[in-house]
Amino acid sequence: MDSEWVIDAQGLEKSYGSGASRFDALKGVSVQIAPGETVAIVGKSGSGKSTLMHLLALLDEPDQGTLQVAGHDAKSLSKRAVNELRNKEFGFVFQQFFLTPNVSVLDNVILPLKIAGMGSKERRRRGMEVLEQLELADKAGNKATTLSGGQKQRVVIGRALVNAPRVIFADEPTGNLDTATGAVVEDILFELNRSQGITLVIVTHDEDLAARCDRQIYIRDGLVVSQTTSTHTGSTHTGAHAQATPEALTTAGGAA
Amino acid sequence: MRTKDLVATAISNTFRSKLRTTLTVLAIFVGAFTLTLTNAVGAGVSQYVDAQVGALGSPDVFIITQANDATAAGDGPVKYDAGSSASVSSQQGPPGTTTKALTDTDLTKIGDTAGIVSVDPIRAVQPDYIEYGTGSQYEFSINATSAVTTADLTAGAQLDGSASEAQLVLPDTFVTPLGFASADDAVGASVSIGITDILGEQHTVNATVVGVSLESLLAAGAGANDALIAELADAQSGGIETAVTSYGVAVAHFDTALSADSVTALKADLATAGYTASTIEDQLGAVQTVINGIVGVLNAFAVIALIAAAFGIINTLLMSVQERTREIGLMKAMGMSGGKVYTLFSLEAIVIGFLGSAIGAGVAIGLGSALSAVLSKGLLSGLPGLNILLFEPTSVAFVILLVMLIAFLSGTLPAQRAARQNPIESLRYE
Ligand SMILES: Nc1ncnc2c1ncn2[C@@H]1O[C@H](COP(=O)(O)OP(=O)(O)O)[C@@H](O)[C@H]1O
Ligand SMILES: [Mg+2]
Repeated sequence: MDSEWVIDAQGLEKSYGSGASRFDALKGVSVQIAPGETVAIVGKSGSGKSTLMHLLALLDEPDQGTLQVAGHDAKSLSKRAVNELRNKEFGFVFQQFFLTPNVSVLDNVILPLKIAGMGSKERRRRGMEVLEQLELADKAGNKATTLSGGQKQRVVIGRALVNAPRVIFADEPTGNLDTATGAVVEDILFELNRSQGITLVIVTHDEDLAARCDRQIYIRDGLVVSQTTSTHTGSTHTGAHAQATPEALTTAGGAA
Repeated sequence: MRTKDLVATAISNTFRSKLRTTLTVLAIFVGAFTLTLTNAVGAGVSQYVDAQVGALGSPDVFIITQANDATAAGDGPVKYDAGSSASVSSQQGPPGTTTKALTDTDLTKIGDTAGIVSVDPIRAVQPDYIEYGTGSQYEFSINATSAVTTADLTAGAQLDGSASEAQLVLPDTFVTPLGFASADDAVGASVSIGITDILGEQHTVNATVVGVSLESLLAAGAGANDALIAELADAQSGGIETAVTSYGVAVAHFDTALSADSVTALKADLATAGYTASTIEDQLGAVQTVINGIVGVLNAFAVIALIAAAFGIINTLLMSVQERTREIGLMKAMGMSGGKVYTLFSLEAIVIGFLGSAIGAGVAIGLGSALSAVLSKGLLSGLPGLNILLFEPTSVAFVILLVMLIAFLSGTLPAQRAARQNPIESLRYE
């Protein structure tokens, strides 16, 4: 069943605005993402990476082209089914943290479970489990605003992870972190892929991050210009970064 | 999202921007406070009037006057008619009101109307003073209709209409000044009433106190039975028989078996014959109508305050939606439906409405009860039994629910805006 969980996009087109101000952000993009894969969508700023990710994650609808998720045509899915899919099967890391200020770290993390209608005891248990995993359990009661950048991004990952999704969509996950903290966050994501088989779709303009993925899709001006496959098969997953200890995580987070 | 979580989230969101929420709540507070108080005044007065009607009893009595046609402005002078034009001060209606008098012919005509059992004229007497033993003399008045109504007694018994002995029901305010130790002490005592006749000579009439009554809004003065009235009237006339007897008011008893509709029909019959007939309830009803009118005007002001508050709610929530664009976008991206987002913001509006109205009603009840207690000892002590502010749980609940409804309706526009928000637009990063 897992093996059926392919995202298959064909000839996606998307434009913003109309008339003279019309801008074609995507001009016919076809990509396939297999379960358990790590895929990088690479390109310069404004090339259409985020737009493509939004379409793949069913956050937006294409003007042209088809999108199939696990064998179902996205167009044929009801609004409710799409909401359910995003809530249960997808996790999101957006370009910004989008943490709710003045709300505790735990409450931020369990937001998807709250939306799903899970009972408060159960979602608390699950939220603490995730925070434990991310070495943030001691920060559970803190307000999100009191955290450092690295810690915030780990909270964001916790929120993406809490519903045990099949796919995590990450838009520039290290974009606003310093190199050391960014590396720690990358390690966490790839570790999730390795240990839990979560598919990663990572939007980035960072060549190093792209290189750590199984596959790279290069985009320029709304078109796929090339696709490459990494020669490594997982050996890099156990590279220097992956050995980061919990201490290293905390230090890196605190330093950011 | 579960309903419980939606409500909890809405409540905690409301307290996120404390100053803004406080100001909006304050606006609602003013409206709810006023509305609760005005409703309480209405309820207090109407309960008092109902109690008075109950105390006055006599559901089978009409108070009859000539139909009032004389002094309408702009109609020009009315031709004099020796048979019917005598005017008397009737003690009915505002001070100074005069109506055309009722003559014996009128009384016969009224008595012959089908449905009327008996008719008696009311003779107005103006005593000068009342005195007990050798104590001080006090100014004193007698309520002309007391013979047919039931007094709100604190001691003793009602007047006996058929007794030959002159009986008096004393207002309780007279008990101590006259030198009685208590209301019960006054019962059975003999008092003297001074009255001046038309020739200027003063007489005294003795009467037995049979009861002590609470002074009431509508029946000021002491009660006197037929025997006492007759004695006083005789003393007042100074033994001179006036050629044409005329009365301002007559009291008619109608058949107690008549239905409400038949009573209305009977009133109409009397009206066509040229008489105004009103039951005691009608007369009290008129007072109540005036008070209800005043309460209505105050309520209108309160509603205007609430409408102003509604705009406050709209404004607050629109700002909140604007501020929380990212949060809304995020929740929608994570699969929260537009309907749930709508519910969340509607609930926030309702929470604000509830806060304002519950605090407003609570403060109104607290202040109002204190004020009511002070007033009934001071300014309104002349109206015992009047609880000027009566807070009925149902009407307080109604005010709170009404405000919550207004708040919900105000929240519709902002909530709709939040629900329609496109997550991509909201989360766009520049
Ligand atoms: N909602 C929108 N309205 C108008 N133009 C948009 C909108 N979203 C994106 N664009 C434009 O589409 C192009 C692609 O945007 P995006 O997919 O965000 O690029 P990237 O993520 O690769 O930087 C950009 O030129 C951007 O200005
Ligand atoms: Mg982007």
